[in-house]
Amino acid sequence: MRDVWTVVAVVGGATIVLKATGPVLVGGREIPPRLVRVVELLAPALLAALVVVQVAGGDRELVLDTRAVGLAAAAVALLLRAPILVVVAVAAVATALVRLVT
Amino acid sequence: MGWLAPMVMSATTFAGSSQFAAASLLDTGGAVAAAISAAVLLNVRYAPISLTVAPDMGGSLLRRIVLSQLIVDESWAVSQDRGRVDGKKLIGAGCVLFVCWNAGTAVGVLVGDVLGDPETYGLDAAFPALFLALLVPQLRDRKALAAALLGAAIALVLVPFSAAGVPIVAASAACLVGLRR
Repeated sequence: MRDVWTVVAVVGGATIVLKATGPVLVGGREIPPRLVRVVELLAPALLAALVVVQVAGGDRELVLDTRAVGLAAAAVALLLRAPILVVVAVAAVATALVRLVT
Repeated sequence: MGWLAPMVMSATTFAGSSQFAAASLLDTGGAVAAAISAAVLLNVRYAPISLTVAPDMGGSLLRRIVLSQLIVDESWAVSQDRGRVDGKKLIGAGCVLFVCWNAGTAVGVLVGDVLGDPETYGLDAAFPALFLALLVPQLRDRKALAAALLGAAIALVLVPFSAAGVPIVAASAACLVGLRR
């Protein structure tokens, strides 16, 4: 049990520091234009990485499984301009259905 | 993990993937050092993410520290506004997520065994779908598209060779395409 609390304390402390980095260092001030051009591309870069890691990431391997079916269904919903909550629900339902029948 | 530790962790760490990583490593008898390094590594991305939020998060030092804790992937992603982050939206979304996340943790601690495996409901496919839905409006120009493709490629290549968290952190380097004119 002591191990659990060590992990909770250290991870919690580290995460609080990591999240506070930007606002504590430059909070409320404009960042230089050159840096803005880099920082504003963080969103597409990180979101794309989150998509591929969450859909195909395994334990140190790439896995193609039923999550991909859900993502494909979500992509179709996006093409049909469905609202974001519908897109997310379509992905979950499609994946759940495929898991149910396989 | 008992019942209190997960609840304290949801309130302090407040970042799903790292909490899952720490819990599963502890659960499978992993070393404390392994659980800590995996969970912290998964959250290193919050340093660059918090930098994008910084211009719209001012005030006293205490205020900045407290509000910055509302930064999670989802609150940050939904508050994107034409290449910037809308601080008010992030705080609003973050508050809602914080309440739901901690309430959800409490429910899980109490009746988690009854619900069974969340994968049965396809919930693990909901997250990549959410991030894809948030990514699409970001692809406004060729640079954004290049950053997205490069970020995805870096992450895919690194998954087999690195600890969880590293691919995402490394993918942030893709934003350097912004330096090209």
